Amino acid sequence: MTQTTTRDVTEAASGPERTHSGPTYVPPTDIYETETEIFVVADMPGVKPEGVTVELEGRTLTISGTPAEHGAVGGDAVRLEYRPGGYTRAFTVSDAIDREKIRASMRDGVLTLVLPKAAPAKTQRVHVQAG
Amino acid sequence: MSWRGFDEFWDPWREFARVERDMGRLFGVPGGVRSGSAPAVNVRADHDKVTVTAELPGVSLEDVDVSVVGRRLTIRGERRTSEPAAGGRYHRRERESGRFGRAVNLPYPVEVGAVTAGLKDGVLTVTLPRAQADRPRKITVQAA
Repeated sequence: MTQTTTRDVTEAASGPERTHSGPTYVPPTDIYETETEIFVVADMPGVKPEGVTVELEGRTLTISGTPAEHGAVGGDAVRLEYRPGGYTRAFTVSDAIDREKIRASMRDGVLTLVLPKAAPAKTQRVHVQAG
Repeated sequence: MSWRGFDEFWDPWREFARVERDMGRLFGVPGGVRSGSAPAVNVRADHDKVTVTAELPGVSLEDVDVSVVGRRLTIRGERRTSEPAAGGRYHRRERESGRFGRAVNLPYPVEVGAVTAGLKDGVLTVTLPRAQADRPRKITVQAA
């Protein structure tokens, strides 16, 4: 059986330089798997489609989002409960992904990645021949 | 009415507790709210308008209800996260779904009929113009 796993890469110490000011958050993410595909759905409010970067390097999938410069919401702060920021998160995926067919879409601040599984690996049989 | 005025408005903890109570009542959640069902808001104001923003990723405008009663703005809605196809299974499930609601006091009366709301890239922006009657008036001084 093909075991497909996704897990956090604990340290993003050697991550890319940040290209925006403000905090960088780990986006809340759903990951689910069907027979043929793995879905990664991440909340990145404030990020436009052009602000999203998806990279698969080796088995490390990194998603990041740079927030659009907010059209300067004017006025004095009366109450500030959140700070707009960027997002980054990395996962380790199994190598049974068809890398050429990964699809990504960004809508209403939600990134959806579809990772098609590679054709199921044939069970390797080693024929032992009688000597 | 000073005790209902700025003092309360400026005390975040009292406001949190009250909002939690209100929302708990509103949605029948015992003992308050689950995290995420009361979205965080930023409120900014200048002389002409109040701007309230909230991060609501994945929410469409038709699923949000914005209302103003007196000096109180209420944002309510529902967030639907898509379910995986039959046979799918979750590896992790961190995104909140379901109903949410939030109420905030406004620093001054607003023109209720002129309030606008928009959702862009998962960020809700509500613009509330100051009530005409409440705007500072410029008095032209005429030479005698």
